[in-house]
Amino acid sequence: MIALLRRDLILAIRAGGGFGLGLAFFLILVVLVPFGVGPSQAMLAAIAPGILWIGALLSCLLSLDRIFQLDYEDGTLDILATSPMPLEALATIKALAHWITTGLPLTLTAPFLGILLNLPWEANIWLIASLALGTPALSALGTFGAALTVGLKRGGLLISLLVLPLYVPTLIFGAETVRRGAEGLPATTPLMLLAGITAGTLAILPFATAAALRANLR
Amino acid sequence: MSIWEYANPKRFMQTSGWALPYLTVASAVCLVVGLVWGFFFTPDDFRQGSTVKIIYLHVPSALMAINAWLMMLVASLIWLVRRHHVSALAAKAAAPVGVTMTLIALATGAIWGQPMWGTYWAWDPRLTSFLILFLFYLGYMALWAAIEDPDTAADLTSVLCLVGSVFALLSRYAVNFWNQGLHQGASLSLDKEENVADVFYFPLLVSIAGFVLLFVALVLLRTRTEIRARRLSALRARERAS
Repeated sequence: MIALLRRDLILAIRAGGGFGLGLAFFLILVVLVPFGVGPSQAMLAAIAPGILWIGALLSCLLSLDRIFQLDYEDGTLDILATSPMPLEALATIKALAHWITTGLPLTLTAPFLGILLNLPWEANIWLIASLALGTPALSALGTFGAALTVGLKRGGLLISLLVLPLYVPTLIFGAETVRRGAEGLPATTPLMLLAGITAGTLAILPFATAAALRANLR
Repeated sequence: MSIWEYANPKRFMQTSGWALPYLTVASAVCLVVGLVWGFFFTPDDFRQGSTVKIIYLHVPSALMAINAWLMMLVASLIWLVRRHHVSALAAKAAAPVGVTMTLIALATGAIWGQPMWGTYWAWDPRLTSFLILFLFYLGYMALWAAIEDPDTAADLTSVLCLVGSVFALLSRYAVNFWNQGLHQGASLSLDKEENVADVFYFPLLVSIAGFVLLFVALVLLRTRTEIRARRLSALRARERAS
């Protein structure tokens, strides 16, 4: 399992675009927003929590179709499925690798992009906490979407339609945490609900992902 | 005699073919009676005027939009556990009906909302969760359409339906947290105190019965079509092989 994780990470780094692309997309999105809504500092501060969370969501989405696609095409997935490791573990490892290459860098860079959007300094701790707690759920749900569409030629658009509605609860609580943090209100309640959703997702989704993979590999 | 006998497509076709005309007529009668009674023979509401009458379309369709998803959930579970093809096809057949009910509920709500709330759309928890339900239906149908192998498609959509149910429910309560409601509470519940007045209540029950029957009839019809399409493709495959 550790070997698989290492392999996935090395592939993501060496193939190029694994780390960088999602982050670059996140940066471009944040840069484009002021052009769209105008440079007013107060307005930017008001919408910053939502923009940062939606940016994180979309950059997560960007690399989803690659989670299983390459392995499926060259047959690695079949070999992994016949190995003694259960498919549920494979699903968890894949989600973890996806999180390390997208969720983690997003969490670490989000405060700097928050500066661009005039996010109050006190909100950064909440931003980091909510992204750190929320992005694992995004990766797990995304892995599920990737498993559903692995056999399709053009699954990219379909993934977004399948996965984005599943992101709604995470987005609501994540953005709410940051918004309350920015306004100086107590933000622990949404943060705890967010953590609960993530914990539940991580517990359930690997089984659904494995079921979808089994149906696709049959 | 058990319900599982209908897992046999032949039995299902026989019985549903016999029941379909009765169901269609019954649903037409209920709908006409409920809607005509509701639209023309009930008084205008004291504050809402005649706009109150959209309730006869809005409440039944909203009810059926949720129940259609529930039916799909049960059918998907049956497919995953017992692998009866009729069940998977019934779930597939119910989705377009469900999405239409969702659209009717959203559209009638918007039409009613414009004079009453002063806006077609508000990001109210109930409205928002209905929109999310609509998205789930779209994703479900898109997944059915995208996959060629019917058994794989049935498996994957069933898993999506299960996961989607959990998250649709989560979203329903998450949006409560996110915004305060504008939508009124339940007009129909087992708790009599909350209900609308009797004069609106009885025609509403009739039109709800009409919508339920309509849903059942449409799903049966669409399932029969799916079964026939499946048989046709099997025949074609056999012909090509010989």
